[in-house]
Amino acid sequence: MFSKGLRPLAVAAVVTTLAAFALVFFYAPLDADQGFVQKIFYVHVPMAIVALGGFVAAGIMAIKHLRTGDSSWDLRSYVAIHLSIILGTGVLITGAIWAKASWGHWWVWDEPVLVSFLIVFLLYCVYYPLRFSIEDPERQARYSSVFAIAAGAFVPINFTAVRLAEAVTHPRVLSQTGGSLPGEMRLTFLVCILAMTLLFVTLWKLELTAKRTSAQLKRLRSRLELRAQAAG
Amino acid sequence: MIRTAAAVLRKDLLIEWRTKEAVPAMALFTVTVYVLFHFGLDRDSLDGELASGVLWVTLLLAAVIGVTRLFAAEREQGGLDAFLLAPVDRTAMFVAKAAALFVYLVALEIVAVPAFAVLLLGPDLFDGLPELVLILLLADVGLAAVGALVSALAAESRARELIVPLLLLPLVVPLLIGAASATEPLFRAGGEPEDLGRYLALLGGYDLVFLLIALAVFDFLLDD
Repeated sequence: MFSKGLRPLAVAAVVTTLAAFALVFFYAPLDADQGFVQKIFYVHVPMAIVALGGFVAAGIMAIKHLRTGDSSWDLRSYVAIHLSIILGTGVLITGAIWAKASWGHWWVWDEPVLVSFLIVFLLYCVYYPLRFSIEDPERQARYSSVFAIAAGAFVPINFTAVRLAEAVTHPRVLSQTGGSLPGEMRLTFLVCILAMTLLFVTLWKLELTAKRTSAQLKRLRSRLELRAQAAG
Repeated sequence: MIRTAAAVLRKDLLIEWRTKEAVPAMALFTVTVYVLFHFGLDRDSLDGELASGVLWVTLLLAAVIGVTRLFAAEREQGGLDAFLLAPVDRTAMFVAKAAALFVYLVALEIVAVPAFAVLLLGPDLFDGLPELVLILLLADVGLAAVGALVSALAAESRARELIVPLLLLPLVVPLLIGAASATEPLFRAGGEPEDLGRYLALLGGYDLVFLLIALAVFDFLLDD
């Protein structure tokens, strides 16, 4: 059920990722101000956008779970949060490297996007202890979904609040992504976002398939044991 | 629903009045934290952003105590099972618990804010008192809504005492930003409010969003 279309999706993800790397290194011009270091932007920003998108998508899947009572939606939501946390770790690391290279510090508190991201990341890290400290599987799915919905709604509120806390706006590269990015950089950036999204969806489907398969295997094993007991 | 909520709230407040479990502990905790800040910062009096930060961080940490205890008695004594058996709206439980937490927080602040003014605050508290009361009340509404939701979420977990602070504190960061930024100019000499409308709007928006979310999802935490 989850494995449908996994193969073409995986191929598309690999091809787009390779294309994105080629564009980053051979097509996009060097940044006049920051030089080669600016290339980390093509990994850092798409990763952040896809991770946040994954968190919000997990919230929507959780709504679907509570509406329908179908526990496969809870599984989808769980895997989406799991992958977004992994991407989030990457975002914080690449963000720190970029900050060190261009501002001279590993961490800058007056960068609202980075700070908001850290708060969201810290919140979602609590998903694991919460989920795995509830034993009853049905209740575990329900409580996890409630968490995913509340946290998903928290993401935009948090970004607004942290931005409000900034009295003086810091000059940002990120704010330029809207319009003033030169053509070649813009194209490269868009391909990078597409590649990251495809990678995320592929990994998500793969993880879901793996989880589903191992659950099936477990069920078959226990049935086999029951049959052996009945025979013996 | 209002009648059910009022009955549960009355019961909670009566228990709190007789056992004196949550609010005195929270008040004691805030005064202890003021002492810690006095030695940790090595300052006799605070003003401006330092004062507002110390006050708000202390209040939020004290709120963690109240939130951890909010559903404890209900789970331990089986009150929740009885509530679920009764033919009443489940949302009433959320309304009652949030209202109880709101009352606890107001009671706490009646003690903790004057204590802060006596022990640590440099400028006079009375200069900006009406604005401060407004900020406190708005922050309490949001804190009560999020607190009741977090408390219910963590109630079924084996690691309740661990989950509550980890879950509550990141969720109230926007509240801290709004409240601390709005309070900071009040704690400067003179106590003139500054940018108050912007931060009150942030607090109000936060309250509204989390009240609505909590009302929408709370039923799923009780459905058994």
